[in-house]
Amino acid sequence: MTSELDIFVGNTTLIDEDVYRLWLDGYSGLWGTVCGCRFGGAVVLDGRAGRARMSDAVALRVRSGILEQTGATAAVLQSDTMDHYRTFQMLERLLHAPPKLLHQLIFQIPPSRQALLIERYYAFDEAFVREVLGKKLSKGTKKDLDDISTKTGITLKSCRRQFDNFKRVFKVVEEMRGSLVDNIQQHFLLSDRLARDYAAIVFFANNRFETGKKKLQYLSFGDFAFCAELMIQNWTLGAVDPQADDMDMDLDKEFLQDLKELKVLVADKDLLDLHKSLVCTALRGKLGVFSEMEANFKNLSRGLVNVAAKLTHNKDVRDLFVDLVEKFVEPCRSDHWPLNDVRLFLNQYSASVHSLDGFRHQALWDRYMGTLRGCLLRLCHD
Amino acid sequence: MPGKLKVKIVAGRHLPVMDRASDLTDAFVEVKFGNTTFKTDVYLKSLNPQWNSEWFKFEVDDEDLQDEPLQITVLDHDTYSANDAIGKVYIDIDPLLYSEAATVISGWFPIYDTIHGIRGEINVVVKVDLFNDLNRFRQSSCGVKFFCTTSIPKCYRAVIIHGFVEELVVNEDPEYQWIDRIRTPRASNEARQRLISLMSGELQRKIGLKVLEMRGNAVVGYLQCFDLEGESGLVVRAIGTACTLDKLSSPAAFLPACNSPSKEMKESPLVHPPSHGCRSTHNSPIHTATGSRLTQNFSVSVPTLIYTGMGSGSAGKEGGPFKALLRQQTQSALEQREFPFFTLTAFPPGFLVHVGGVVSARSVKLLDRIHNPDEPETRDAWWAEIRQEIKSHAKALGCHAVVGYSESTSICEEVCILSASGTAAVLNPRFLQDGTVEGCLEQRLEENLPAGCGFCHIPYDELNMPFPAHLTYCYNCRKQKVPDVLFTTIDLPMDAAVIGKGCLIQARLCRLKKKAQAEANATAISNLLPFMEYEVHTQLMNKLKLKGMNALFGLRIQISVGENMLMGLASATGVYLAALPTPGGIQIAGKTPNDGSYEQHISHMQKKINDTIAKNKELYEINPPEISEEIIGSPIPEPRQRSRLLRSQSESSDEVTELDLSHGKKDAFVLEIDDTDAMEDVHSLLTDVPPPSGFYSCNTEIMPGINNWTSEIQMFTSVRVIRLSSLNLTNQALNKNFNDLCENLLKSLYFKLRSMIPCCLCHVNFTVSLPEDELIQVTVTAVAITFDKNQALQTTKTHAEKSLQRASTDNEELLQFPLELCSDALPSHPFPPAKEHLESASSNSGIPAAQRDRCSSWIELIKLKAQTIRRGSIKTTVTVEKASPVGEGNFRNRSSPPCANSTVGVVKMTPLSFIPGAKITKYLGIINMFFIRETTSLREEGGVSGFLHAFIAEVFAMVRAHVAALGGNAVVSYIMKQCVFMENPNKNQAQCLINVSGDAVVFVRESELEVVSTQQPAANCQPSCTGGEVTT
Repeated sequence: MTSELDIFVGNTTLIDEDVYRLWLDGYSGLWGTVCGCRFGGAVVLDGRAGRARMSDAVALRVRSGILEQTGATAAVLQSDTMDHYRTFQMLERLLHAPPKLLHQLIFQIPPSRQALLIERYYAFDEAFVREVLGKKLSKGTKKDLDDISTKTGITLKSCRRQFDNFKRVFKVVEEMRGSLVDNIQQHFLLSDRLARDYAAIVFFANNRFETGKKKLQYLSFGDFAFCAELMIQNWTLGAVDPQADDMDMDLDKEFLQDLKELKVLVADKDLLDLHKSLVCTALRGKLGVFSEMEANFKNLSRGLVNVAAKLTHNKDVRDLFVDLVEKFVEPCRSDHWPLNDVRLFLNQYSASVHSLDGFRHQALWDRYMGTLRGCLLRLCHD
Repeated sequence: MPGKLKVKIVAGRHLPVMDRASDLTDAFVEVKFGNTTFKTDVYLKSLNPQWNSEWFKFEVDDEDLQDEPLQITVLDHDTYSANDAIGKVYIDIDPLLYSEAATVISGWFPIYDTIHGIRGEINVVVKVDLFNDLNRFRQSSCGVKFFCTTSIPKCYRAVIIHGFVEELVVNEDPEYQWIDRIRTPRASNEARQRLISLMSGELQRKIGLKVLEMRGNAVVGYLQCFDLEGESGLVVRAIGTACTLDKLSSPAAFLPACNSPSKEMKESPLVHPPSHGCRSTHNSPIHTATGSRLTQNFSVSVPTLIYTGMGSGSAGKEGGPFKALLRQQTQSALEQREFPFFTLTAFPPGFLVHVGGVVSARSVKLLDRIHNPDEPETRDAWWAEIRQEIKSHAKALGCHAVVGYSESTSICEEVCILSASGTAAVLNPRFLQDGTVEGCLEQRLEENLPAGCGFCHIPYDELNMPFPAHLTYCYNCRKQKVPDVLFTTIDLPMDAAVIGKGCLIQARLCRLKKKAQAEANATAISNLLPFMEYEVHTQLMNKLKLKGMNALFGLRIQISVGENMLMGLASATGVYLAALPTPGGIQIAGKTPNDGSYEQHISHMQKKINDTIAKNKELYEINPPEISEEIIGSPIPEPRQRSRLLRSQSESSDEVTELDLSHGKKDAFVLEIDDTDAMEDVHSLLTDVPPPSGFYSCNTEIMPGINNWTSEIQMFTSVRVIRLSSLNLTNQALNKNFNDLCENLLKSLYFKLRSMIPCCLCHVNFTVSLPEDELIQVTVTAVAITFDKNQALQTTKTHAEKSLQRASTDNEELLQFPLELCSDALPSHPFPPAKEHLESASSNSGIPAAQRDRCSSWIELIKLKAQTIRRGSIKTTVTVEKASPVGEGNFRNRSSPPCANSTVGVVKMTPLSFIPGAKITKYLGIINMFFIRETTSLREEGGVSGFLHAFIAEVFAMVRAHVAALGGNAVVSYIMKQCVFMENPNKNQAQCLINVSGDAVVFVRESELEVVSTQQPAANCQPSCTGGEVTT
């Protein structure tokens, strides 16, 4: 006796959160399919579950102890899992455009469940997003997903879903006017938190910031997302003109050009000395690492200003985070600056420029340094 | 009488991409009705076109309005090649043809393609302008209302129940026409869908004409089926019960604010329809063949002769002569009809007097090509023959009517099994005649019919029994004789006294059969049928005993025929009727008593069986009161199995053989284990596992013993197909496979619905078919309803505030609820004669609450109760029924709030006739839809499971969309009548046909109603007043 067909369709579509998670995580629902991940097809089961051949998803459900709780058999679990998997597969097409899920007639799903479906579908793994953050969301990258899957232990299926989500959101909001976060929220019905994360992902992908270097490995997605938000708010076209196309995606080219003007701060020796003395006077006795700061001031200042001046080249824009870490975070770290000292220094460093009479680009400096200060503070950790 | 149909195409959305180059679609719409077609403009390059068309107007005859569906086709415009069809929407405009239902159809409909499934949605507005005034319009067949519900619909009152209406139409199946070889599968499917839509429209119109001739205005329990006879054609047949319904003019307090009560008053139907024939006789194309079989308007002659046959043998002490008189009346009323059948399964109070037992008839026929579709005489004759047989069986049981009547077929190649079954019953004639119910009620005051057990009393003559049976005095009233077991096809009567809870009982059986052709095949099948019936019956009886119960309700025996086997599946809900004797146990006897180890084995089995019975009694809370023997006056009878099934099989020839299932003189409750077969049987008895705790299941409308439903419902369909290994197929292996299939299916359901615990699966409807040689398909549709466990515990203590129950769980309640009804229901009663009012009131005050406690003996309670019911129930039984499921909601509104802000309105679907915790305020019309889905890329669509899963989800979606467009928010009495699935994995193809029906309704949550009612001090705010409102 073999089961040819086995389905269950409810007038209200049943959504099992646990099974949904397994599906999103890419565990196979089919009998005996080994999906090359941590849980191979052959999982040893307790006597009750009987057969050893069962799908990864079912094996995981068995492990959760559901059979004991409900008195069900493995076959029942298999059938239930397949029903849910089929439902999710049918829903997936709609999840690609979440507003469709709200208006479709095929599945009757309560709104709270719809929200859960969408939110979970667009959720991503920290490990995965760190791998692709700042990379071009192209076919080339997609081919690397195999490696990412092996490296992170996330199933290839799940990697693909997450990658496709990034790409899909990117494509939809790419050419839109208005706030990036708002656009994402409107077209994908995500929570505010998740929409902000996607804005960061899209922003990074568009500007191709390098995040994969070994130096940057200590940084979390949260760190980058924080920086992205600050940069979107201050450095993009949208920051000056809310009606501009691609406003939140692209950095303000004019602004980047203007940043060259800041070079005078390190090129003019008098200005540099004056700046140093202003900072040192203000911070004397307040910093634990004062002497180190005093000794390093010119290097640090040169580093920060040169980063700004170089941003006219696309290549250097991409290396922004590498440069920041190299030129500022690492020197601080080697001298064991406490975070509070970094904060005091950066505040004073930015503010003192206002007292430099010969310097005419105060507004430009604030726009640059305001954002950079926030980013650097976030980047300074182990 | 002509009418003007107006259609407006508003917009489309989510259309599929038809032009790969632009990733867009240039869509336009064709609107077709009859032979007239209109087109919208092409809306270029959009997946969300806004046509906003003018009103397309069709001037048509009302006959066409009834027959034809409105056909909307969405196409993609192509300048150089033929336009591509995106999909279609068929809209049945019948609901717009009677004024009480919907006035406009407006909403988003899924665009359906038989190859691709749903492809986007289209927004359509449909209206009908009728040229004539309403009154004249009503005289046409259009005005007849149709209900799938097999009881009197909740917001109506039955003035007269006229009786059986049937009709069938035949045609060639487009799938088997020569042209099918050259046209596309899509064209073929669409031709079929359209033809069936046309045929069901025609059928409905013809039935409507019959109803008008009977002077009715509605069909209740309308059941329409398709027989896909393959080469020999397509038969669409329908049965129903013609009624004259009166819309209840509800007090304003109970109407939702949006519903103007004055409007409903105005629309209340005619009580006395004008003389028939205004239209139907002139331009109705009824065939003479069928026309001649029309039931005539009957008139009841008051009997002048006493029915002498009853006198001597009558068991009744006081009820005897009356019974005879009643029978006489009923007889005269019913005998004038060709078929005194009723498709109803629940009845107005007082309608059902006695129940005789299940009657069924089957007949094996060889299909031949239908030569002349306009003269479907062969099929008519077949059914007439079967019905005749049913009628004679009923007569043998001393009954003149058959209730809970249904018909079905099973077709394999050229062999067709026609089946009909029902419950033989004695009815109260007054409902069947042109008199008011009031009059009937008054008369009933003098009748000595004990409620709660009356229907159990035997209708036949004790000394002249149609079969050997063991009778005892009724355990409830002690006056009349009752059988020891009762099988019926109806729902549990609302006033039935039940102990404990009920449960789903199934008998499952397979029998191998040799492959054969034509006559030989038919003979083989008809030879097997009696044995199958016998075994199914034995299984049911044994399982019933194992559950410690004594009655089956909602019994449905399905026999399906396949190439090389026959399958039997019987489902019913077992209950313990207080009026019937306690069932005896099951004893096992071995054949070789001298073998020690064997005897040990036997005694071990016996112990297991006894344990199971004890466990079941506990599980279902069956603890009947002990009755001492003196009170009974006769010794407690030794239980003996006896059949109440009477049936016969006949081949194409007319010979009729009657099968007596009473096991002759053998004491059948003893199971003899004489071979492995018997061993298997005993084992299979014990393998049925009870549902996990927190779950109950039944196949009737509601679960006896559960009355506190909460509002969460989940209707579902589950389909399983298994492939049998062709090796060593034996009957035992088959039985085991089939048994496992059903049991596993139930287990899966319990697992899936575990989040709803405590809950009850109601109206569990299994259908089995044998689509291919080694395939068995089981389809289940049911609804899971949550209930409040805590409330259930309280019921025994706080019934004073409790709502009404259909079937009470304990005796005290039985005493209590009629009292409540009297006080609560009567004030809102529209026409209470003063005398009755007084009497009811006095009966109410006559038994003060304190006295109840003093009733020390059970018997006293019973007597008291019987009295109370005799007076009180007259008015109130309708109340009980209507309020029972609905009323509970009144004080259990903690249910989760309805999902707010959903962009798509929620449409509930249920196979039941009610929505728990809600009140149905309007019936919008019948939903009857037929869909075909085909694929040539089965693997790509997820295999057979993926294909069918998607299709069923789409069918649900289309039903919901139609209901929503009618302005409704639920479908009640939903049924999936057919789900024919065929696959050809080698060709990567599959095809499925689904036919569903139900009643579109508007319901209002009790909680919303309450808000209104509390503002109205005039309205009684007791829970039961909700029921009072619907009292006749």
